[in-house]
Amino acid sequence: MKLFAYITHRDGTADDSAQELAAAAAQIAPGEAVTAIVTGSGEDLQTVCDQITSSFSEVIKVDSSELGYPNGELIRKVLTNLLPENAGILIAHNTFGMDLGPGLSIKLGSVFLADVVGIDKIDGDQLTVVRQEFGGQVSTHVQCSLAAGAVINIRPGSFAADENAEAGGSVTDRSGDTGDLTSGRKFLELVEAEVGDVDITKEDVLIAVGRGIEDEDNLEIVEELAEAMGAAVACSRPVVDAKWLEKSRQVGTSGLTVKPKVYLACGISGSFQHMGGIKGNPFVVAINKNPKAPIFQVADVGIVTDILDFLPELTEKIEEISS
Amino acid sequence: MEILVCVTRVPDTAENEIELNSAGNDIERDDLVYSVNEWDNYAVEEAIQIRDRVGGSVTVITVGDDESDEILRREMAMGADKGILLSDDAFEKADGQGIAAILKAAAAQGSYDLILTGAQSEGGAGEVGGMLAAMLDLPYASLVVSIEESGDNSVKVGREIEGGTIEMNEISLPCVLSIQTGINEPRYVGIRGIRKVANVDIPVQSISELGITDSDVSSSVKRLDYFVPDMGEGAEMLEGDDEEIIDKLIEMLKAKGGIK
Repeated sequence: MKLFAYITHRDGTADDSAQELAAAAAQIAPGEAVTAIVTGSGEDLQTVCDQITSSFSEVIKVDSSELGYPNGELIRKVLTNLLPENAGILIAHNTFGMDLGPGLSIKLGSVFLADVVGIDKIDGDQLTVVRQEFGGQVSTHVQCSLAAGAVINIRPGSFAADENAEAGGSVTDRSGDTGDLTSGRKFLELVEAEVGDVDITKEDVLIAVGRGIEDEDNLEIVEELAEAMGAAVACSRPVVDAKWLEKSRQVGTSGLTVKPKVYLACGISGSFQHMGGIKGNPFVVAINKNPKAPIFQVADVGIVTDILDFLPELTEKIEEISS
Repeated sequence: MEILVCVTRVPDTAENEIELNSAGNDIERDDLVYSVNEWDNYAVEEAIQIRDRVGGSVTVITVGDDESDEILRREMAMGADKGILLSDDAFEKADGQGIAAILKAAAAQGSYDLILTGAQSEGGAGEVGGMLAAMLDLPYASLVVSIEESGDNSVKVGREIEGGTIEMNEISLPCVLSIQTGINEPRYVGIRGIRKVANVDIPVQSISELGITDSDVSSSVKRLDYFVPDMGEGAEMLEGDDEEIIDKLIEMLKAKGGIK
């Protein structure tokens, strides 16, 4: 099948996922040419197209002032117009790809594979991929036919980029083929997250707390430990959803990206959205009462226990040593 | 505003450890505690708040079996006005597109200004809302963390994108939105609230009543199995009594600069 990859970009730089999509495509259709599609407007767009010719043998550029911001509804129309019948298209499963992929599959009359973390095998037109369910607690093999085309959303960071790729692609301008660009959804503006009292992105030692804290009143034991260790308190999404801590304390793809030296994850299951916000390979200690929590697969050190009992004991011992 | 909220019944991951069964081909389903999908609960709360501001009604709908009746009642106890259960043996094997097709048929029987879904459920695909919108030819926005009425025929919605940034959009009604957690604080539902709606009639619709056929809901994406991947060594697990563990941990933290 003919494979395409939709490339997202910002400020004239292609997203890291561009090379990852090329790598995933190479596993689905080894040796086949893969065409990248890049939409946007102006000079930045050309810069991005030139950047990715090493990874893709053909790059389709679609330049339109109406595509300056990637509105999922508009891009869906462009792709429905551009793609040949029964095409396969790879998209990064980020907040843009989640917006675009499902509806695109309906308009193309193809299957949709969400949040793919691995390619298991391809046998004729039968593709088997690996996905995760239940917040990463279990994985599944998922199979579908590619005969009628496919929209395949690839989880960022799941495929290793080929840094030495030399696809030597050429750029083709298809700006005239956008089709109708009216939409019931209009992009207005971006509102950046507010900066909090503590900047967790600059801290060396973070104590991050998750759902396992159970109640707002229990946050005290985390704050006491942080004080004893000279650390800052961070958290995972459920704690912010419950309004127990500010958004500026949230680590993860929908929160902040942190680069500490030491990361103590307390009562955090370790979803990929959370772990995606931790960079720089810190020393990760996971404390969780569920021995099956995915965080134990990625942490350096794990302790299976209830944080509500364990953290106060740890704090007491550290205070004892320091005094 | 007439609002339809699509909800689903899932194993509650806050209450359960999800494990493989002894045959290794499915998750262990005995003793699982089920509840309404967390994202959907935020969607229902948002619908109720909008109705309370501008009037109208909130209908909760689910594709499920007899046991899904309880989650519809739970959401009605929160304040939803009506419940509809879409149930048929033919629906059991439906994939995301199949579920969207069933919901599309049901949505087309009503006249809704706003259709809400949760941003995702336990499968993590987050696909039903976008598919439903495309099938209905309605505008769509995913990962919505704010909804504000703006004018007669549109709403202003905030989408949560990377880094905690909010992408503001104006979207015309009718539309489909998928709701992200944290958009509001879902109200508590007590036993008394549940009792009040215990005898409310919840209509059940089958495949023929929806005017669709087996081929509309047949699954083209098939889950072959469940498994736990071998992730290599994983963490070094500290064991022993709490005192031993704490001593070991403090030593490690000191070595890594974790204790100042």
